[in-house]
Amino acid sequence: MTPGQRRWAFLIAMAGLAAFYLWGLAGLPGFGTYLGPYGNVINRIAVAQAKATGVVSAVNFEYRGFDTLGEEFILFVAATGVATVLRRLRDERARDASGEARDEAMDREAPPTSGAVRMVALALTGPTVVIGWYLASHAQTSPSGGFQGGVVLATAFILIYLAGQFLVFERISPAGVTDAVEAVSAGGFAAVGIAAVVAGLAYLTNFLPLGTTPGAVSSSGTIALISFFVGLEVGAAFVLIVGELLDQTLLLRQGSR
Amino acid sequence: MNAAQVLAVVTSYTASPDLMDVLQATILVLVAAGATAVTLIRVPVRQVIALSAYGVLLAVLFLAFQAPDVTLSELTVGAVVLPILLLLTLAKVGGREK
Repeated sequence: MTPGQRRWAFLIAMAGLAAFYLWGLAGLPGFGTYLGPYGNVINRIAVAQAKATGVVSAVNFEYRGFDTLGEEFILFVAATGVATVLRRLRDERARDASGEARDEAMDREAPPTSGAVRMVALALTGPTVVIGWYLASHAQTSPSGGFQGGVVLATAFILIYLAGQFLVFERISPAGVTDAVEAVSAGGFAAVGIAAVVAGLAYLTNFLPLGTTPGAVSSSGTIALISFFVGLEVGAAFVLIVGELLDQTLLLRQGSR
Repeated sequence: MNAAQVLAVVTSYTASPDLMDVLQATILVLVAAGATAVTLIRVPVRQVIALSAYGVLLAVLFLAFQAPDVTLSELTVGAVVLPILLLLTLAKVGGREK
């Protein structure tokens, strides 16, 4: 095929795609139009029924709780996969007995972590933990939830690494403990569902007392509990993934350099 | 507070609809520009930094379209965790490219 023929093949295909695309665009409903009934139904009943003002959390952890369980295990399996692929192989050894983090491009000029970065990272660590914990424990009241809170909690560990404390990062998040927290909290979500079955209800039915005031931290029954487990699971999964990748930067395959 | 009052609080609109339209249009243009910038930058490390900034833009987009939950997720995953994973990978493979 000559370049000229190729160009024609491309232009014809392009014109066809553009025509169908514009046709599709012309048939779209107007901007912001909502056609489904479920959103309106949920908006009407969720606050009163689930006693949760965080309606998104109510949908995630109660009305569509089973979907969220599946999503949580996607992350769980992803973290397991990373840990499996990046396990230490027989011909790999730690680059440096002191465990000091260094990059592989040794010929590149690598300035030491500046005092300003260390200070900012250390100063942000505490507030980050508080915000992460707040988000994970207030899914039932405000726009937040276990996923967001868990990732923010994991960010606190990354800040400690940024402050130049790789040894501290390893000490406060040993792989064994992180693995256990991740597994127990992932199982905790599933166990909340099973507890409902034991109580004679359908899987993941909200069986705890709902409280009387929508918007109170203690309200909403299992929504808050599930959010707590999801927060721990997500935080541990991200710490595990980042830790595995950090570990890799310290590993050297024998003979490569 | 009864349920109806709570519903009124959580669904109240404090910005005028016209202002929200302007905000949404502006942030849509910014997101398009950010995405283009990320694909045009050819140096991987700079690309990661641009991707992080693009994550912040996306987070603002979700906020302007009234999805604060997604904003929080995008802010932490798109602007912080994903760039860090990419930077760590670059640090690992950086020496082997030559």
